[in-house]
Amino acid sequence: MSTRNACAVFAILFSANAAFAASAHPAPRLGTPMTAEDATKWDLSIFPDGRGLPPGKGVAKDGKVIFDTQCASCHGDGGRGATAEELVSIEPQSLKEEAASKAIGPYWPYATTVFDFIRRSMPAGAPGSLSADELYAVTAYLLAANKVIGDTDEMNAKSLPAVKMPNRDGFEWVGVKK
Amino acid sequence: MTTELTSDDLQPVAGGGLLHRRLFLKSGLVLATAGAAGHAAAEPPAKLSEDLASPSWMHAPGAPFTPYGKPSKHEARVMRSIGANKDLPTNGVSWTPLEELEGIITPSGLHFERHHNGVPEIDPAQHRLVIHGLVKQPLMFTVNSLLRYPMQSHLIFIECGGNSNAGWHEEPIQRPLGGFHGLVSCSEWTGVPLAILFDQAGIDPKATWVIAEGADGAVMNVSLPLKKLMDDAIVALYQNGERIRPENGYPLRLVIPGFEGVTNVKWLRRLQLTTEPVMARNETAKYTELLPSGKARQFTFEIEAKSLITSPSAGQKMFGPNIYEIKGLAWTGRGKVAKVEVSADGGQSWAEAALQEPVLSRCFTRFRMPWNWDGKPTVLKSRATDETGYVQPEREMLVKERGRNGYFHYNAILSWGIDEDGAISHVYA
Repeated sequence: MSTRNACAVFAILFSANAAFAASAHPAPRLGTPMTAEDATKWDLSIFPDGRGLPPGKGVAKDGKVIFDTQCASCHGDGGRGATAEELVSIEPQSLKEEAASKAIGPYWPYATTVFDFIRRSMPAGAPGSLSADELYAVTAYLLAANKVIGDTDEMNAKSLPAVKMPNRDGFEWVGVKK
Repeated sequence: MTTELTSDDLQPVAGGGLLHRRLFLKSGLVLATAGAAGHAAAEPPAKLSEDLASPSWMHAPGAPFTPYGKPSKHEARVMRSIGANKDLPTNGVSWTPLEELEGIITPSGLHFERHHNGVPEIDPAQHRLVIHGLVKQPLMFTVNSLLRYPMQSHLIFIECGGNSNAGWHEEPIQRPLGGFHGLVSCSEWTGVPLAILFDQAGIDPKATWVIAEGADGAVMNVSLPLKKLMDDAIVALYQNGERIRPENGYPLRLVIPGFEGVTNVKWLRRLQLTTEPVMARNETAKYTELLPSGKARQFTFEIEAKSLITSPSAGQKMFGPNIYEIKGLAWTGRGKVAKVEVSADGGQSWAEAALQEPVLSRCFTRFRMPWNWDGKPTVLKSRATDETGYVQPEREMLVKERGRNGYFHYNAILSWGIDEDGAISHVYA
């Protein structure tokens, strides 16, 4: 590198640092542009309105088979809790009680969260291994076991976000305005 | 300045024998420290094998160089304690042994852990960070490209929202301090200000939330307010000067000063700008606090002011009446710690402790207080006030406000009971 070029590089570095301190802007632009379609392949978010849900369907009867073989060893028979937390609570109760259950039925505000969490994190030994139909079926089983939906109700990309959880309005935002 | 203590020095400033913090200005003042019951430092062997004036290690070559240093074998007890699910050992925590550490920096190998499904083995050459959603141009970054950006360093505490949750129990838990308050640690985090990366992607003015997601086996995700991320969040690559340890997010961790641990997403792979929260499991079913009213607090991002006395603390022992140094840590997610008060009479009277410099925003602050213990049973407490004027509450007040089923965000005043034998235990007082 010639002296002149080296000076030019120093000048750029210096001005970049000085500007960074002031406005935090001039930095290299090293991100590779992606198309919106490419980004979709990375996108695992499922929103309460159902955005992100895949095609597929399932009912509680099929979900119970999957639950019994892949989930009950930690979550207990019928999802009543064991070494992993209780997912199902059917006793009538109020969240005002001292030891109120935070199972899916009484506590979780959105049904889409059940599907999303199982898809991204469960079963813990092989996360991401269930098919869309299996995910809808297990979700239907857990919602039906909590008496939130009927035993034969089909869960799919349309019916799941339409489920209104009993505690939908039970949360007060602390750190940010609604 | 004299090192002799005068009767003025020994004039208590509050009940129970608390002395003025200016006593630390006396050069050479020696204060006793409570010792950990049952370890070597506390009880030297009755018969020494070495000639102390000329020990054997002065008469032989030492060990050769090591490429990466480790603590002395005599400090092997200083370890994280692990609490994990017996059927799923990848889901659990490890606690920082706060009572064994000094100063304000947590060694990287002792930084607390909370994993939802273990520590992923990530090849940095095959890891990417994607920024997409409400942006003009979705972008993908390699780890090497992020290493070429201008960086910032911040000394930041990170505290798990579930730290200290044994405090909600009806009976005070008896464990060494770190074993129930040790889901908090403090490191120097260095990385790229997120605002730079977001600006390069071009933020759509409609965006208000960001969904952050990790590349672990839980694909852990949370929703965060865009404004805070633009203010001071960084994509961290370094912890305490070296690349982040695997258990703390290697190769990339989102670090959000003052926000609860779960939002500081480890193994960061994706940031999606949106108009609303995604309502992930870890911001609805967990990390929310159910109140006695039946309503639950959600998006309780900021850690509120907290302090605890690290010495004397549970499981340690006092060595008879003497002048002791009470020492501890204080922190707040809302800025700087303004003051820490200490009580040596169960909260009847309080006196201000000395805050050790530096006192930094959203960082551990070390406090110290001289104390003339008369050997009588008493209760020690510390109480932090932050720069917004928020005062750390007594447990009774916190439980009255939040009930005992909230589980997260326990920051009540911690009390240590000292009995006539000098034994120290956790008490509710």
